[in-house]
Amino acid sequence: MYMEKSILELHEMLTSGKVTSAELIKESLEKSHEVQEKCNAFVTILDDAIPSDVTDDLLSGIPYGIKDNYSTKGILTTASSNTLRDYIPFYTATAVENLSKHGAVAVNKTVLDEFGMGATGTTGHTGAVLNPWNRNRMCAGSSAGSACAVASGVYPYALGSDTGDSIRKPAAYCGIVGYKPTYGMISRYGLLPYASSLDTCGVLTRNVKDAAIVVDAMKGKDEHDMTSWDSSNMHLLKSIDGEVKGKKLCYIKELVSLDNYPHANDTLKAHIKNFMEVVEKIKSIGIEVEEVSVDKKIVEAVPNVYNVISYAEATSNMSNLTGISFGPREAGSNYIELMKNYRTNNFSPLIKRRFIIGSYVLQKDNKERYFYNAQKLRRIITNAWLDLFKNYDAVVLPIEAGPANYVDLSKNYNEYDQELVPLHENLQAANLGGFPSIALPDGFVGGMPVGLSLTSKPYDDENMLNIAYAIENTLGYANQIAKENTNE
Amino acid sequence: MNKYKALIGLEMHCQISNTNSKVFSSAKNGYSEDANVYVQGVDMGFPGTLPVVNKEAVKKALMMSMMLNCTQPEYLYFERKNYYYPDLPKGYQITQDTKPSPIGIGGEVEYFFEKEVKRAKIDNIHLEEDTALQSHLPECSLLDYNRSGIPLLELVTAPAFHSSDEAVAFLETIRSMYQYAGISEADPKKGQVRCDVNVSIMDADADEENPDNWGTKVEIKGVNSFGTVKAVIDCEIARQIELKENGTYDEMEQQTRRYDEETNSTKFMRSKQDAIDYRYFVEPNIPRIKIDKEWLEDIRKEIPRLRNARMKTYIEEYGIKPIDADTLTKEKSTSDYFESIISNGVKPVDAANWMNTIILGSINKLSITINEFFIKPETIAELIKMTYSGKISKNQAKNALYEAVDTNKNPLDIISESGIEQMQNDDELLDIINKILDANPSQVDDYLNKGLSNIINYFLGQVMKETKGKANPAHAMELLKQEIEKRK
Repeated sequence: MYMEKSILELHEMLTSGKVTSAELIKESLEKSHEVQEKCNAFVTILDDAIPSDVTDDLLSGIPYGIKDNYSTKGILTTASSNTLRDYIPFYTATAVENLSKHGAVAVNKTVLDEFGMGATGTTGHTGAVLNPWNRNRMCAGSSAGSACAVASGVYPYALGSDTGDSIRKPAAYCGIVGYKPTYGMISRYGLLPYASSLDTCGVLTRNVKDAAIVVDAMKGKDEHDMTSWDSSNMHLLKSIDGEVKGKKLCYIKELVSLDNYPHANDTLKAHIKNFMEVVEKIKSIGIEVEEVSVDKKIVEAVPNVYNVISYAEATSNMSNLTGISFGPREAGSNYIELMKNYRTNNFSPLIKRRFIIGSYVLQKDNKERYFYNAQKLRRIITNAWLDLFKNYDAVVLPIEAGPANYVDLSKNYNEYDQELVPLHENLQAANLGGFPSIALPDGFVGGMPVGLSLTSKPYDDENMLNIAYAIENTLGYANQIAKENTNE
Repeated sequence: MNKYKALIGLEMHCQISNTNSKVFSSAKNGYSEDANVYVQGVDMGFPGTLPVVNKEAVKKALMMSMMLNCTQPEYLYFERKNYYYPDLPKGYQITQDTKPSPIGIGGEVEYFFEKEVKRAKIDNIHLEEDTALQSHLPECSLLDYNRSGIPLLELVTAPAFHSSDEAVAFLETIRSMYQYAGISEADPKKGQVRCDVNVSIMDADADEENPDNWGTKVEIKGVNSFGTVKAVIDCEIARQIELKENGTYDEMEQQTRRYDEETNSTKFMRSKQDAIDYRYFVEPNIPRIKIDKEWLEDIRKEIPRLRNARMKTYIEEYGIKPIDADTLTKEKSTSDYFESIISNGVKPVDAANWMNTIILGSINKLSITINEFFIKPETIAELIKMTYSGKISKNQAKNALYEAVDTNKNPLDIISESGIEQMQNDDELLDIINKILDANPSQVDDYLNKGLSNIINYFLGQVMKETKGKANPAHAMELLKQEIEKRK
């Protein structure tokens, strides 16, 4: 199985002639159909994908997947929404264009939660994506199809996008690596937006070096995106040397300590226990790890601030979806009816709920109380994290309260869920501050993978990836392929 | 009207027509009869496209802000104004709110009204994008996205005017500023200028500095020519006075109306309670832009001489009548043409005379602009200078120009082809003169001995007849006198 190998291994095999690009693509497409059958991970499988020349470029000739919210010229791009079920763009996103220049070959487009909104991977217009470790469980979202496919060994990497945790949470639930770089490192031109000030392009892989290789190729200042910046002096792969002596990490007591969760169930207890054991392993390679305390109000404010800002931006960003100049035109005797029918018939209830909240917080009478306060709190939260980065190279935290939830939502119900919200949603802080953040697999709870996150200060991606690489080596979960467990 | 006075405020939208591309896209900024030829994805709100600020548009906007004596911001921000309308493809317009700060705030402008210098307070001027153009047909509505994204400046005045004529005089002044500064053609025929008008009335003896005394504001939207601005203001003032007189004025709500041309009256559109909440928030795709002090200074140096300054020069230095100076400066292109004639060595008074008689008359007759006039100012200057050197008479010059306009020829060619210049050969002319004198001895005698000096005109007539009008009459007269005196 070539597609279970890392990019570096595949590149070596391609250049030495042990395998051809065509063979890799054939295997990847076959695997795509298999995974589609089992887990419903794809909107489109590109059966006519063309092999590319193998060059010195590490990505040349190697297949990959594209989350279906990246615009691809001539190829259906739906954002997993009925509103765009027939939309074929006239242009390709810069990030995808950059990968093409490196000889990468796209073989499919992966399912997401509609427009990247949703954390379950179950709300796309083609149906729920199932977790390849256990098909009763979800992949989490929104980059569900990408996480599922990479964990299943369809290819070594797939593109994701991360507005709150949409790369990192599915990566953790599927036992793989998910890297969200600093905001603006990769151009958003051609990424169908959810919330523009938070949206970040990134990648899901099975090891840290692969993540560095892919983002090295995707990144760069783009004249089409004013928020992109010049990172030509950053070399992510080259900066990984595994030398971490003297590096300092911290974790936040208000999120990690079980004292915060008086009603903790066994799963959470096992997850936290695993995390604390991982912390000890990290210490064993010469990295200092300390517990820090952050004002609990700041920790608890994150999801509320995220919701207000992201829903407000989403409401506005998706106002272009009217069915007038693109998308399936709905009937109506005038433009208002036409727009109303289009939006009413095609958006899922989850999105409509977010639009209503987003509109509400921007209305004149509410803006001061909600939107402006959220903006102020965003600054306060960001500053609190920046204070941590003065003393620490990265913040390390467990992802979520355990492994993947059930697709059948009623099985996840817990009357004490409210106290877990800060833990569920803590990854959003990296989006509020534009920080680089990476998810790594760090063990198993009940036979399902769990993960941790590392988050660093803006532009410190090289340092963060190097630490992640060292931790990955210590923990030994690199290049993990999902093994279906059916004992439930 | 004597019991009441009107307070009028204006919102004047003017396209910045003199940039290569649109304000947030690289599509051409131009006017075309063909629909949808100057369009990029962002102008149609295609998913994933992003706005990129056009620096040249910002520069021109800042220049206008300076000319209005507004304060320029330290940082440039853009806001989203959210509403659904078919001509607004993104579902929001990128514009600027008065907070934190638009391109210009709190200015004042001088303008002439009934020979007096008046001052109007400017509330603010902001940079935004134009919408698409709708045309409504019986069976459908059409959208032309050429206009979508053209840079637009919206100037908002304080309630500074008391009559429709005053308001129009102000608008003419602003229009000339746009033209003179090379910011816009400001051509209402191309839809480049559009106004909203605010009208209220109050008791004539009340203090208008105190807003408590102001009446209820009525806004009339979408007024597209200055002639209509005048009509709208007049009929709205009349309507409001009638309400006062019949005692129902106090029941009138703050409202938005539109002008109905057929009935020359305004019609109710919506009341303030139904006003759209535009849910403004900062445009997340455009980072705040620092406006350099040095850049501002450079822009200030580039502000050209405006209409008022030119008029002053024409009247005070050139001795041109105010009414002629007014005509010459109404359009910048006319004034430029005039100044070009002068710079080619023509006396300003002569140039003004030629402009106001033949040249403007001819272009009016041809229904073209002066820029489309095929005879260039350099040619006109040559023609006038020939009259200075006595090569041809003023009448000959003017006749040549008239003929040139009729026949589409170069007037200098007409002169040389007709041989008028050749009559400069004194020998030939002397020969003709002496033949005529020889043939009319009794008239020579009348002139020389009987004091009938007017008879010289008879001889001149004969000379002109004989030369078929090619002789320069002044010069011919000189030679005639010289030759006739010889016969004393």
